[in-house]
Amino acid sequence: MRLNFLPAYELKNMLQKREISSEDIASQCLKATERLQGKLNAYIYFDKEHMLSQARAADAYLKEICGSFNKKDGKYFDFTGIPVAVKDNICTKDIKTTCASKILSDYVPVYDATVIQRLKSQKYVLSGKLNMDEFAMGSSNENSAFGPVKNPWDTERVPGGSSGGPAAAVAAGLVPCSLGSDTGGSIRQPASLCGVVGLKPTYGLVSRYGLVAFASSLDQIGPITRNVTDSANLLSAICGWDEYDSTSINGGLHDYCQFLYDNIKGLKIGVPQELMSGGVDAAIKESVNGVLKLAESMGAVVEMTSLPSFEYALSVYYIIAPSEASSNLSRFDGVRYGYRNRDATSLRSMYRSTRAEGFGPEVKRRIMIGTYCLSSGYYDAYYEKAQRVRTLIINDFKKAFGKYDVLISPSSPTTAFKIGEKSDDPLSMYMSDICTIPVNLAGLPAISIPSGLSENNLPIGVQIIADTLREDLIFKTAYSLEKAINFNKLPVHLYEQ
Amino acid sequence: MSSEKNNLKNSSYTDSSYETIIGLETHVELATNTKMFCGCALSFGAEPNSKTCPVCLGMPGTLPVINKRAVEFAVKIAIALHCKINSYSIFHRKNYFYPDMPKNYQISQYDYPLGSSGYLDVNMGDYTRRIGITRVHMEEDTGKLIHTGSSGRISESDSSIVDFNRAGTPLIEIVTEPDIKSPAEAKEYLVALRTLLLYLDVSDCSMEQGSLRCDANISIKKAGSQGMGVKTEIKNLNSFRFLQRGLEYEEQRQAALIENGEKVMQQTRHYDHITDSTKALRSKEEAHDYRYFPDPDLVPVFMDDDMVEGIKSSIPELPSAKIERYKSGFGLPEADSRFLASDKNTAAYFESCAALCKKDRLKSVSNWIIGDFTALLNKASISISSAKIKPSGLCSLIDMIESGKISIRSAKSVFEEMFNSGKEPQEIVKGKDMEQISDGSVLEKIIDDVINKNPSVVEQYKSGKEKAIGFLIGQVMAATKGKANPALVNEILIKRLKLNP
Amino acid sequence: MKIISGQEVRHIAKLAELDFSEEELSKITSQLDDILEHVAIITRADTSGAEPTSHTLKISNVFREDKVRQSLAKEDALKNAPERCGDGFLVPKID
Ligand SMILES: [Zn+2]
Repeated sequence: MRLNFLPAYELKNMLQKREISSEDIASQCLKATERLQGKLNAYIYFDKEHMLSQARAADAYLKEICGSFNKKDGKYFDFTGIPVAVKDNICTKDIKTTCASKILSDYVPVYDATVIQRLKSQKYVLSGKLNMDEFAMGSSNENSAFGPVKNPWDTERVPGGSSGGPAAAVAAGLVPCSLGSDTGGSIRQPASLCGVVGLKPTYGLVSRYGLVAFASSLDQIGPITRNVTDSANLLSAICGWDEYDSTSINGGLHDYCQFLYDNIKGLKIGVPQELMSGGVDAAIKESVNGVLKLAESMGAVVEMTSLPSFEYALSVYYIIAPSEASSNLSRFDGVRYGYRNRDATSLRSMYRSTRAEGFGPEVKRRIMIGTYCLSSGYYDAYYEKAQRVRTLIINDFKKAFGKYDVLISPSSPTTAFKIGEKSDDPLSMYMSDICTIPVNLAGLPAISIPSGLSENNLPIGVQIIADTLREDLIFKTAYSLEKAINFNKLPVHLYEQ
Repeated sequence: MSSEKNNLKNSSYTDSSYETIIGLETHVELATNTKMFCGCALSFGAEPNSKTCPVCLGMPGTLPVINKRAVEFAVKIAIALHCKINSYSIFHRKNYFYPDMPKNYQISQYDYPLGSSGYLDVNMGDYTRRIGITRVHMEEDTGKLIHTGSSGRISESDSSIVDFNRAGTPLIEIVTEPDIKSPAEAKEYLVALRTLLLYLDVSDCSMEQGSLRCDANISIKKAGSQGMGVKTEIKNLNSFRFLQRGLEYEEQRQAALIENGEKVMQQTRHYDHITDSTKALRSKEEAHDYRYFPDPDLVPVFMDDDMVEGIKSSIPELPSAKIERYKSGFGLPEADSRFLASDKNTAAYFESCAALCKKDRLKSVSNWIIGDFTALLNKASISISSAKIKPSGLCSLIDMIESGKISIRSAKSVFEEMFNSGKEPQEIVKGKDMEQISDGSVLEKIIDDVINKNPSVVEQYKSGKEKAIGFLIGQVMAATKGKANPALVNEILIKRLKLNP
Repeated sequence: MKIISGQEVRHIAKLAELDFSEEELSKITSQLDDILEHVAIITRADTSGAEPTSHTLKISNVFREDKVRQSLAKEDALKNAPERCGDGFLVPKID
């Protein structure tokens, strides 16, 4: 097996035994990337020499601490020498961070996001910055100023979005794991469409400092990996309180590995009927039902349940997220950083032309919706009403978690659709996030793991949702089901062509 | 006639024909170590953009974290203004584009401010005006714009330069009810507010440097009429004088419009101290729509009773309480008490003296501080806290006067020397041989000598011209270089003249 | 029924500091109209007694001690400036 397809935890063991070097891993990841970048367009930035020099530095460090591996002296980490790719809306010092937007196409942050600082302290290897929907707005990765990302399973199809690059890169074996961000499903939906594992942690568990904000009350950074173990390890590496983020949770756990055990006997599983309704493809429902049967066979108790306010979730989301975004994206004005129309002779014309030229159509659409929803005369009917309905959704979840340990649903109502299929119909595109959005509105943790392939060989994902800070239940359930499903498929045909 | 200038001359605003309604919005920059939402040091006059960081430059991905001390200062201010401290308060975003705002929104407070419903009593000499405080809230300051071009005016420059050093400085906004009835009251309100803030030690309150800034809303209406007049807002009132002058001008201008049957337009005006008039700022095409909403990057502030009590206990005795104590405790007149309490340092000085002096000498202490001391301080442009005269020195001087050791007249020059050199009064008096001669036997000799030398004046006195004694006293004083105890000289002289046939 | 008019869209574009061509404007007007019509279903939700949620977190009083942290080097502050003048960010005539 090529190193670039091995799980990060196995690479770690091999590094520890000195069977391989970090440079070996980096070279193979680079080889794969060079081969497939043209086909997939997963990366916005990667730099061979930069990656290799990080790997060599990690190797030097590994050599230096050799012999102290087995001592619990806090020197050896899960991601020492392991390549991690990062979505291009997470700030990396001295490395361009574009948010896949023309307005930031030359922007070089002067600071590292907290998650990057934490990975750096483990001496990880940054493999590059990944493509995405512009400012994380989209469900297909077609809204990128750097061109769409292709789904590794079928390059005529979308990888999902907005973390299309992070999902595609991991699925295609360009890198063992990546960091994405999830505002309404942007980790779980592409993970589902690409057949990988995507986790959206509890809101506040991972610092948002350095994540370019889309919708501040919903955004969360999370791992995209090829297995649940790597997901738990990567979450452990990046989570925890941050003095630079007032909305980060003080306390919580730091080692999620301990919850990776194969036992869901007696686990109470609720299945929200609203997420198994007409809008969801039959094949997907079938796949999810198959997973539920497996769970029952392992001793879990499965019950259909109803969360009636879910019917409003999409609408609530498309009011709250654009409203926050309209304000968050005001700072892109051509004054302090980013693109600027230099021909404009007055401030207002500079603002308007810079933003008109710098932002793509979907971003402008959402800024417009958000500005409208917050504007005088409409605030109460839209923004405030949406916040009240948000409370109803939270209450529905609360009720459900009074009865069930986890909720299980599809991660996406469809498998990967064709590029261009929905790009002119914003509303039908918005429907892609119908299964994932309620989770963000309630700030809950949820994971998408592959549950199988459709008839036309496209991945299907199943979503596991737990109550606030119950990542333990997520990992236990996901780990158990991962074993039982035994998906174990990769789009290796990519390399054969 | 349409020209405002001409209208003004014909203005018939008088105190009795119109009623004025004024409300003030005051912004106070807090004297914390760091900015409101980031760890940058506050600075005045630093190199442009040298006190900035990713947070206060609004760089993508950054988040605000509230400065604890700024909240404590804000609570202090709200308590001192008798406000209700709201147990729940949150921050909102106020959205509008302007180049001095790094994020194109300002983090401010909206419908859940930290403090509300307070008041400040303002002494107007013959009456006290209680001015309602609508709200006290926290926000962040903007950066500074430097307009290119020789005039430095925005309208005449074709570009501007932005310096974000000030961006993010903690600001407190204090909004009054429309309770202020005259420009003079507005000025006194601001004076009283500034005194209070200096007592609280939360801001340097420098109006020159912009750490205390004021916007005023003013409307007038015919006396006794119903409803409210149309109000205008005056910006850039950055001194007590400009505040009063700007409002006075606006009072006159509005009255002139009404007299001429014209309408007062609701607008924002700018006070120009050179022309001593207000000018309408170019009106925006449409009213601002700030799209306030709760800032999702920040969490609520809950103020429980313990926290409020803790902050309350750190508030020093405030001017109003001091005035009462000086009057009832020290028996000082109202005017003296007000003067001494009007400045934190003066009050502290006075109270140091009070601890050293007998109570019946406090009026003397007050006289010295209000009179000679203040005059010298003003002349030297220094604060009483940095004066060389220590409270113990002033008390010793007063002791020397009271015990008759030196005359008031020489005391004044001793005081001046103490002010300049910082020496103790005893030392100065000794060195200069200034001790008052109160020894009767010494004086008798000198007096006899004067009487002998001036027989004609003695004659005049004896023939009933009692005023002639003044000349003789003057001669005695001259002979003693002013050191003779005047009361004693008078007494001995009369005795001698009566004895002497 | 139209929820949002072309005139309103123009006003919103001004608030958001965005330029649109006439063609773009008519397209976005109809798209916004569709979206707003869809999201209007929330008016059906019975929210009596439901407080607005702006945060799912139940935390409060997150403060920073008033301690000075190193500011950026001036050059880093200005590093990404599209146009600068001396140590400042340059903007065109303010209108
Ligand atoms: Zn700063």
